[in-house]
Amino acid sequence: MSRIKLFLPLIIFLVLVAIFFGVQRRVQTGDYSPTALPSALLNKPFPEFSLPTLQGESLSRAELPKQWLLVNVWATWCPTCHYEHPFLVELAERGVPILGVDYKDRREPALKWLAEKGDPYFATVFDEQGTLGLDLGVTGAPETYLVDAEGIVRFRYQGALDQKVWDEQFAPMLSSLEEASP
Amino acid sequence: MNHRVLLLALLLLALPSWAVIETYQFDTDLQRQRYNAFIEELRCPKCQNQNLSGSDSAISQDLRRQLHAMIMAGKSDIEITQYMVDRYGDFILYRPRFNAATAVLWLLPVGLLLGGLAIWALMASRRTRRVPIQPLDDHDRAALDSLLSDEEKPSERSGGNS
Repeated sequence: MSRIKLFLPLIIFLVLVAIFFGVQRRVQTGDYSPTALPSALLNKPFPEFSLPTLQGESLSRAELPKQWLLVNVWATWCPTCHYEHPFLVELAERGVPILGVDYKDRREPALKWLAEKGDPYFATVFDEQGTLGLDLGVTGAPETYLVDAEGIVRFRYQGALDQKVWDEQFAPMLSSLEEASP
Repeated sequence: MNHRVLLLALLLLALPSWAVIETYQFDTDLQRQRYNAFIEELRCPKCQNQNLSGSDSAISQDLRRQLHAMIMAGKSDIEITQYMVDRYGDFILYRPRFNAATAVLWLLPVGLLLGGLAIWALMASRRTRRVPIQPLDDHDRAALDSLLSDEEKPSERSGGNS
């Protein structure tokens, strides 16, 4: 008994080492991000908004299509959005409905961006002041929200979407959504 | 050359002034105090451990502007706190409110303290139990007496054990 007691500090140390390396490993593989926060809007309705689109029309929450959709917060000043954009275009080609939120941006470079890189959005809300961003609890771009047919926020992803993130995080969510409301 | 050094030194002196963030106008001192209290207590959602007053990120600037607007609009502290928590969750409060999600945060220190005290009490009671006090038997008492009488003069221990 006393012999085990003697080695107790070493055992505790080794357990901690194992935990820290395990967490570090998950950070490296992208399974865990210490900076990612669950959205405060999770399982709550998407906030009301009435804002102009980039093209100059107006759009409000009530006018959104009554089906599940992605809401992608982006901006031309955001380097990660450049990286993410081709995948969004690919998703749109596969038929995924994406609402763009151009967050705290200027209209001209944003329109130029969409003209040059392709426009994956069925509409892009022009959130010049970041008011919708504030109501959404956006901390930075890019962020992508999954909203179900009832307009409830089901998931938020902070950072760039790519095939891996899509397969691991969004696809299971979507299949459970579709099971719930066929 | 001297001029250049002087200019460089002046530039270095000016560094703290870069840290100055927006200045907001308030009608009353109370509003200013509330604003200052809030930016100390609210956490920048983008940063891991910085409050709104210490962060110059875009989101912190927005939140400070929103906070100022809400204070000037006469919102109460509770309304402002609720507004922030509705959007950014308990994360934004440096002193999160007590609920199911934050219970571990609040109770763990107390639990650990109580656990430590329990272990300490257990160890202390064991230590005292391990040295039981046994009364001296006659043989021991005689040995003790002879030792004492060897060291000390008998006259000094007149009323001693006999």
